[in-house]
Amino acid sequence: MSGTFLLDGVAVPFVAGQSVLQAALAAGRYIPHLCYHPEFRPHGSCKLCTATVQGRLVASCTTPATADLVVQSNTDELREIRRTLVQMLFAEGNHFCPSCEKSGNCQLQALGSDLGVTTAGFRHYFPDRPVDASHPGAWIDFNRCVLCELCVRASAEVDGKNVFAISGRGLTKHLIVNAPSGRLGDTDFEVTDKAMGVCPVGAILPKRVGFAVPIGSRRFDLRPISAQALDDAPRPGGRPDV
Amino acid sequence: MQDTADHEARLSHALGRWGAEGHRLLQLLHAVQTPSGYLAQDALQDLAQRLDLPLAHVRGVASFYSFLSTEPVGEFRVLFSDSITDRMEGSAELLDRMCRRLWVEPGRVSDDGLVSIGTTSCTGLCDQGPALLVNGRAIPRLDAARVDRICELILGREPVSRWPEQLFVIDDVIQRSDVLLRQQFPPGEALAAARRLAPAEVIAAVTRAGLRGRGGAGFPTGAKWAACAATAGPERYIVCNADEGEPGTFKDRVLLSRHADLVIEGMTIAAYAVGATRGLLYLRGEYLFLRDAIEAALERRRGAGLLGEWAPVPFDVELHLGAGAYVCGEESALLESLEGRRGIPRNRPPYPVTHGYRNRPTVVNNVETLCAVALIMLGGAAAYRSVGTQESAGTKLLSVAGDCARRGVYEFPFGVTVRQVLQAAGAGDAIAVQVGGPSGTCISVDEFDRTVCFEDLATGGAFTVFDRRRDMFEVARNYTHFFAHESCGFCTPCRVGTSMLARVVDKIHDGHGSRHELAELDQLIAALGKGAHCGLGHTAMNPVRDTLLRFAPAYERRLASTDFAPAFDLDAALAPARRMTGRDDPAAHLGDAS
Repeated sequence: MSGTFLLDGVAVPFVAGQSVLQAALAAGRYIPHLCYHPEFRPHGSCKLCTATVQGRLVASCTTPATADLVVQSNTDELREIRRTLVQMLFAEGNHFCPSCEKSGNCQLQALGSDLGVTTAGFRHYFPDRPVDASHPGAWIDFNRCVLCELCVRASAEVDGKNVFAISGRGLTKHLIVNAPSGRLGDTDFEVTDKAMGVCPVGAILPKRVGFAVPIGSRRFDLRPISAQALDDAPRPGGRPDV
Repeated sequence: MQDTADHEARLSHALGRWGAEGHRLLQLLHAVQTPSGYLAQDALQDLAQRLDLPLAHVRGVASFYSFLSTEPVGEFRVLFSDSITDRMEGSAELLDRMCRRLWVEPGRVSDDGLVSIGTTSCTGLCDQGPALLVNGRAIPRLDAARVDRICELILGREPVSRWPEQLFVIDDVIQRSDVLLRQQFPPGEALAAARRLAPAEVIAAVTRAGLRGRGGAGFPTGAKWAACAATAGPERYIVCNADEGEPGTFKDRVLLSRHADLVIEGMTIAAYAVGATRGLLYLRGEYLFLRDAIEAALERRRGAGLLGEWAPVPFDVELHLGAGAYVCGEESALLESLEGRRGIPRNRPPYPVTHGYRNRPTVVNNVETLCAVALIMLGGAAAYRSVGTQESAGTKLLSVAGDCARRGVYEFPFGVTVRQVLQAAGAGDAIAVQVGGPSGTCISVDEFDRTVCFEDLATGGAFTVFDRRRDMFEVARNYTHFFAHESCGFCTPCRVGTSMLARVVDKIHDGHGSRHELAELDQLIAALGKGAHCGLGHTAMNPVRDTLLRFAPAYERRLASTDFAPAFDLDAALAPARRMTGRDDPAAHLGDAS
């Protein structure tokens, strides 16, 4: 099955199995997203990719593309929801961009910048989350985790190690490490693992290379995430001319 | 050391009962925990090893459910039901009384490890509250005398199994019966009637009868069955959703207690209709006291040749116990929980009818829906269709609680007005009714002529009455905290939004609210309603939204007249310092009051 659907009034082609978000990205049309990664099955948890599909608000990453759908993404209502969601994530964790070595490479920061989020708006939670630096090659700053579960999925599906899991419920939901001690240093995690590089924020970081690329010349310093994400999207016909 | 030996004994017994299978993890955790609900690290590790699962996975599942604790709890774990009706009947004072008698702070374990006291979401005993759970067993009709008796038993270290039976008596209060509750029939008769029809004819009859799901959403049952029957199979499942968690409702408890045969017969008819061979009944953990009776009913039916592999309809039912998670009432979260995982609602499509329990085609029906199925087989589709309204055929069981003279279960034909129900229940002084629980609709006096049916006020069954003594802001605050506690945490808007909503409402409660907070409520209401992943998040703002609309003065009189007031209270922040220094003189206080 293949065909086209309408995204903000423009026809977008899709092939069978693609979700609305996947088809849109492949066609060079950006819909903001955070927990979605082109190499993994859509997760549908961050809700940044929420779009109006046939009049209903749904996560576009998990909504299958079908012929003649009418999708709206670029509307005031949706931009407002996305800004609120980014603000919620900033208020939930401890995100101090100026002191974070992921600054410039961080998708949360880049989304905030793209969506015009200048403050968290809501009262911060300031949760107490200790850092885990027990591993020789990597460290985890749980303060910055946005619970996209990409590391959980990468470790299970690609690395075959199940180093990470999710614990707790509601606002107490948090990332945990699969060891009796709960520490990364007591697992078989390696810096070459897929779970290492897949973190969209500054929660899982390699040691000793934090500022090898100086702030100011990083991914999202050079191009906004709305342009960068289109470069990263897999396309059936290979990379188009940019 | 004694505890280690105990847990090993429990582990081997549990593995004997359920098998060493990962998808039975939740049932195994139930069986492995201590009587008061504690899962020590070594218990989790042993279980993970025996099931060949990552420890973090096991820990993650255990941490999801309120009745499993990975932190030590008392030898006696007391959980007071924290439904709004429990509160209205003095549960907070009774909790305080128990804490003082037992010398323990709420939420903490006593120094000798004897007891811990906390709260839990509605236990489904609102017609006989206030209620509590002690080591998983429900005690209704609490008053000072009962609380004192419980304290004596705890202080005497009397095991809960030896406590006087009269403490645990739960009444089935049926105030009004109609076609469903009046039904008296020998087990097997409805099934025999169904078997006189071809499976497709059974589905057609259920469709003709106009039966819609009684959990609240009202999906046409016949369409659900037809979709499941149309799948290629090979294995199909019937799941009975007995995870009645909506605060204020208890009608499924009464159905399971009084009419278990009707429920199981409905499941068997569904199995016959869609070609399922296996069934699962997911009973909420709060209803542990019903488990033995349901198991006995299943066994009786196996003995009578109505259930089991060799029965005329080859079908058997397994009972699974929930563990304190409201979200598992959502059908796909329920399936996740049945598969031994965290109860996170799935992404859809695919839907359970094609990819349900263990990825097999599955029908998930509410307890009351399944009872109605049996009734349709006995009385015929036309008779069933003749009751109720155009879009809502049949009757609805309502769990009436709160400020009324006669609490209990009422069976009314769909289309009954709120006023008629209030009259029947003796609630002359009502100012508001929460129809369908916190996820439903809060209506005020001028709407009492509205009708209970899918066209107007859809409800899963809760019908909670508030009279003029009640502050509807406090009602909304209680419900809002309920959702924050029960959010599964999967999606951003619900995980963060429900908690923020509770925090803003608390700020208004504390007298620090201003216009700024009202704007923030609007922002959160929009994010939840538009962005949330499942029904829990989509409805979590209903109590605030409805009461803002109908009882705005309850909010306004609490607001500071400024545009913004900080939540931080410097004087309150000094309280620990005053406690430590033993001071409470005026010079130890700051602010305008001094």
